[in-house]
Amino acid sequence: MVSVRSAAQRVAAGTDPRTAVASVVDPEIRVITIDELGILRAVEEDPASGRVTVTITPTYTGCPAMDVIRADIRRALAAAGHPDAEVRTVYSPPWSTDWISEGGRAKLAAAGIAPPAPVPAAGVVSLTLAVRCPRCGSPETEQVSRFGSTACKALWRCRSCSEPFDHLKAL
Amino acid sequence: MNGPFDFTLALADDALIAAQRLAEWTTRAPEMEEDIALANIALDQLGAARLLLSYAGELEGAGRDEDALAYLRDDRQFRNVLLVELPNGDFAVTMAKLFFLAAYQLPLYTALAGCADERLAAIGGKARKESAYHLDHGALWVKRLGDGTEESHRRMQAAVDHVWPYTHELFAADPAAPVDPATLRPAFDEVVGPVLAEATLTRPGSAWAPAGGRAGVHSEHLAYLLAEMQVLHRAHPGAKW
Repeated sequence: MVSVRSAAQRVAAGTDPRTAVASVVDPEIRVITIDELGILRAVEEDPASGRVTVTITPTYTGCPAMDVIRADIRRALAAAGHPDAEVRTVYSPPWSTDWISEGGRAKLAAAGIAPPAPVPAAGVVSLTLAVRCPRCGSPETEQVSRFGSTACKALWRCRSCSEPFDHLKAL
Repeated sequence: MNGPFDFTLALADDALIAAQRLAEWTTRAPEMEEDIALANIALDQLGAARLLLSYAGELEGAGRDEDALAYLRDDRQFRNVLLVELPNGDFAVTMAKLFFLAAYQLPLYTALAGCADERLAAIGGKARKESAYHLDHGALWVKRLGDGTEESHRRMQAAVDHVWPYTHELFAADPAAPVDPATLRPAFDEVVGPVLAEATLTRPGSAWAPAGGRAGVHSEHLAYLLAEMQVLHRAHPGAKW
């Protein structure tokens, strides 16, 4: 909980709502913001009432981090001086890893999480996509498990440097 | 079935009961990675169940939310197919159940994504991506066990023989539904046939087709599952943490 508070404390009073919300980090992958992850759809402020409406979308339907994300958004808005906020969740169009920004991908890689490859146009996800090791850069890697520490990640291992690493799987 | 509420509730109950069964493997799966995989798949099913239950509650218009529908109905009021309530059995039985369910849910959600009901279309568009992963995972294990050792082959074939009769209920015709389940059978067969063949498994005949789940007539297993799933909510109504 300490880290959640510090995230909100980074938002200065008077920050505009969009900037405040965009600074909220993903609670399970704390190196990336919800904006960079592509789950932040819209931030709208009603000029008359000052009420802020935020629209977000989950990565996976069962993502257990959504409640924390909603709370963090409200906390960041309150810290920025916008206490009247509503967070809406939409499911269409469905989130895709293609919505992760270039900056977000670079941050994931820097944190040792291999970013996803572009989503194939159609059909079943290929099992044999080469994933580069985020530590040593080697393409000699293998999948240990298709499911990892969070719904959006798979567990991989590098055959060159022997390090295990997370891979944000293409969806 | 009677209308959008019953249809939505049926799909919701399939996902909810499948999630509860899969969650029973947590800390008991044959290896750590599989433990995580089954928990992840259970979470996906639970996610879909929550969206579908919430929408079913709105369609009904009687003020029941997802919790009321999940925790405060008795077995006769559940509309899930018998397949998902069957006990987990050994790992091969669980993989047979997972594989057949995913081979049904993937074309189902894909068809829902294009249906006229906007809410169901949004849920289908979201859930089908996850179903594709479930199908891959189930197929991988069916092949690995079926085409593995003599013992794993024997167990996988026994599991397929055991579960197969329950797949027919998935495709019971419902022409008035947003997606008629009967239309999904060809897509199911197209996926299942080649995987069973590659796994050196024999596709069972189709003589016995137990059903009743959609009408609320369940096996003796469901009430026990519900007792465990609902006890906390019923003991402490409205409790939050």
